[in-house]
Amino acid sequence: MLRRHLIAAAAAAALVAGAGVGPALAQAPAKIGLILPMTGPFASTGKQVEAAVKLYIAQNGTEVAGRKIELIVRDDTGAPDVTKRIAQEMVLNDQVQFLAGFGLTPLAFAAAPIATETKTPMIVMAAGTSVITDQSPFITRTSFTLPQVTIGIADWAAQTGGKKAVSLVTDFAPGLDAEKAFKERFVKAGGTVAEELRVPIRNPDFAPFLQRVIDAKPDTLFVFVPSGVGAQFMKQFVERGLDKSGIRLVATGDVTDDDILNSMGDAALGVVSTHHYSAAHNSPENKAFVEGMKKSANIRANFMGVGGWDGMHLIYEALRKTNGSKDGTALVEAMKGMKWTSPRGPVQIDAKTRDIIQNVYVRKVEKVGGELFNVEFSTFEQVPDPVKAAR
Amino acid sequence: MLTILFDGVAYGMLLFVLACGLVVTLGLMNFVNLAHGAFAMAGGYVTVVLMTRYGVPFLACLPIAFVATALIGAVLERTLYMRMYDRSHLDQVLFTIGLVFIAVAIVHFLMGSQTQVIRLPSYLLGRFEVFGVGIGVYRLFLIVVCGALALVLQWILASTRFGSQLRAAVDDARVARGLGIRVSRIFALTFAVGSGLAGLGGALGAEIVGLDPTFPLKFMLYFLVVVTVGGTSSMTGPLLAALLLGITDVMGKYLFPAFGAFIIYTVMIAVLMIRPSGLFARVGTR
Amino acid sequence: MTPAGFLLGKSRWTLPELIFWAVAIGAYFAFPRRHLLLNEIAVLGLFALSLDLILGYAGIVSLGHAAFFGAGAYTAGLFAKHVMGEPVTGLIVSAGVSAILGFAASFMVLRGTDLTRLMVTLGVALVLYELANHLDWITGGADGMLGVVMKPILGLFAFNFRGSTAYLYSLTVLFLAFLLARRVVHSPFGLSLRAVKENQLRASSVGIAPARRIVAIYTLAAAYAGTAGALLTQTTQFVSLEVLDFTRSADALLVLVIGGAGYLYGGLIGAIVFKLLKDALSIASPAYWLFWMGIFLVILVLVGRDRLMGWPRAAAERIAAYLPGRKR
Repeated sequence: MLRRHLIAAAAAAALVAGAGVGPALAQAPAKIGLILPMTGPFASTGKQVEAAVKLYIAQNGTEVAGRKIELIVRDDTGAPDVTKRIAQEMVLNDQVQFLAGFGLTPLAFAAAPIATETKTPMIVMAAGTSVITDQSPFITRTSFTLPQVTIGIADWAAQTGGKKAVSLVTDFAPGLDAEKAFKERFVKAGGTVAEELRVPIRNPDFAPFLQRVIDAKPDTLFVFVPSGVGAQFMKQFVERGLDKSGIRLVATGDVTDDDILNSMGDAALGVVSTHHYSAAHNSPENKAFVEGMKKSANIRANFMGVGGWDGMHLIYEALRKTNGSKDGTALVEAMKGMKWTSPRGPVQIDAKTRDIIQNVYVRKVEKVGGELFNVEFSTFEQVPDPVKAAR
Repeated sequence: MLTILFDGVAYGMLLFVLACGLVVTLGLMNFVNLAHGAFAMAGGYVTVVLMTRYGVPFLACLPIAFVATALIGAVLERTLYMRMYDRSHLDQVLFTIGLVFIAVAIVHFLMGSQTQVIRLPSYLLGRFEVFGVGIGVYRLFLIVVCGALALVLQWILASTRFGSQLRAAVDDARVARGLGIRVSRIFALTFAVGSGLAGLGGALGAEIVGLDPTFPLKFMLYFLVVVTVGGTSSMTGPLLAALLLGITDVMGKYLFPAFGAFIIYTVMIAVLMIRPSGLFARVGTR
Repeated sequence: MTPAGFLLGKSRWTLPELIFWAVAIGAYFAFPRRHLLLNEIAVLGLFALSLDLILGYAGIVSLGHAAFFGAGAYTAGLFAKHVMGEPVTGLIVSAGVSAILGFAASFMVLRGTDLTRLMVTLGVALVLYELANHLDWITGGADGMLGVVMKPILGLFAFNFRGSTAYLYSLTVLFLAFLLARRVVHSPFGLSLRAVKENQLRASSVGIAPARRIVAIYTLAAAYAGTAGALLTQTTQFVSLEVLDFTRSADALLVLVIGGAGYLYGGLIGAIVFKLLKDALSIASPAYWLFWMGIFLVILVLVGRDRLMGWPRAAAERIAAYLPGRKR
């Protein structure tokens, strides 16, 4: 036992010593700390954002306003306490000037105090809950908020004759956000929501929930599930013959995620969704973006990727506008009110809420050139986050 | 209502096929193989690759998935697992978790982290109605295949020489060896078959429960539930347990959607509180 | 040798133990930029220690220990948010709540095989997870609880941004908990626990009632786990669903098995090794570090913890032989 303890102590000392070695300090470069879920159930988000960020740097050069851009990518494994620690370590030990990424809401919540205390601009590229930007005056967002894209589909469903709807969402915070936003908007437009179904996060089989949908006999089914689950849902929807039952399937774009849309097969054809980005968006910027992602990372760009791309654009432009400033407050000021044309369309950062204002498109899944795409056919122009706008 | 019952039965059958390999290794070989889910995942991915890149028809992929996974299982058993038979359960846990991590990372690297989607042949799609009960073709296919498998397994165990040799080896390996039974070969074969079955289950289940690199971690829970509730002393126990769990899960979510998530866990806890050794355990065995 | 003498002999502090704690304190001064990481290690170490109490000393396999960790974490968060922000009070309250929960749950692990207990504990943790998810108006659900603001410890030591206070706070709590655990396992009660672990039937035939002891140690372990959870909430000022997640329980089990169960230091050493390794690997390979972690675990088991320790052990023995006054 004694020997074991001695070895244990020696090993502990050695390992702790090894941990204390940090990277060399550097003043001039503008370092960006990218914190993403690179492993675990949301790894595809991390991959998309990282690929888009790297693509932007590759295409726009590593030097901005006289400063060299350096990127540090860390995996936070989806644990908020780890996110917080990594954010703090990156600011203190690696001297990052920008914190970026944040795949999920609790991760952004955990890191927000770090941004405030160290006056570091924090760019949320993926998470989608409204109140994130309230957590720190240094947060800006280039992704989207779930209510922002949900009200569009509620409006469209009501405008095109939807009267009785059933909502089916995954039982976690973003799902509940979507459910609430859809219901409020749909009811305001004169419809009714007959049933609000919540599917557990760990749910292998949709059969019971789809059966309840059939029982309720709505004319519209609104669905929100996280990105990977959409394929499974779609299959079971078709398997039960619901696509031929007269129930219209409408959703947010997470369900027809570009990342896996093409592999969903014909089951997905005809699904109408609203979202802020489609890989099929017809603009030169988007064509270049999608091609770039295909070539560099062999993936089809999706809404997470475009969040990463625009986040980098925001950083670059802020640096340009402030002449390479190191002052976090000045950089955030420069970001407020910035407008540009993103691969998704025209976007701007709201000067008051620091959140993103963007077009929300209504799209339908169609076959284009042998592959499935979300083809946009209607646009809600420059939609702000409705939750904050209602205050 | 009956439609839901049917769906629950199909789901339960799928769980059974996925878990029966674990019943074999855990119950019969007393080895905690938490990497079981990784074999299921391997079978699923083999099927996906064969179907999407080489256009192999779905029905042909199933036996290939079984054989491929069985081979992987056999190789791993002879090289790595064999050394772990005498180790403590905790060491086995650590070892197999390490294997799961490696498998997850390899699959993530090779195939990306998105959910994999397979496209079933058209004759397996669709539904039809029988006396007002909606029957999904694929689910019917699942029930038939899994049911047949269960029967075959039970027959092998109960009525063949191999089966009795296996049961002898499990009851007392030393005595079995003394009688001339090649115990290590039997274990190797059983492990391979168990892994192959998991692979087959993964291939069958990709359509219903999805397939992505986190599959082993997500579904390990369900396999363990089936094995624990069903007991490990026969094949019928886990089959009934899987059916029970499948049906209560699906029906529970249908009747009380607000409590959907709790049902499977509370049922399991309730069963284990009443019958701690599982529903169908023979008292007095290991 | 009398039984008392035997126990006293075991509970004497040895040199390696003192070195261990000296290193733990020394790390505070040696690595001023890594205090948050050290804090995480301390919290994980305490959590693993609590698992060691039931696994290493009472033989109960649990895959749901995060239930108590999470209970303590949420209690601390709610207490700070709605009652008062003083950390030590919150810590005591959280430990109490987890102990009650542990007491209630302990009756479920009295019967059944190892596998049964594994699944029952896992089931309890999962139910609690879903419960916390459902009651999102209390817990904040998957988004997490905002508004947890901690006041200075005992009114004196404020939490600072670098995590310095946090680490010292966690380390102190860990040390005190460790002292108590050490007393418990080196007491007649602790010995009787080990008898129960070895063979319940034989122990009860000698007059040692297993049920009572298991309930007692399970309650204590739950209190420790809740304390660890409360520490996490208080030092990070945030709590979300993943404190109840299955991976928390699995991490604790992994850490304990890496370090070795049954001698109290296993959880602490395992926590150090695991956290540092994970951190280093995920910096080196953000997307695929899991692969290297898996390789490490497989090799650790195949080669055997003891053999892996064999090489530095030989070196340490050489050094120890030269230390003055050491008994051979």
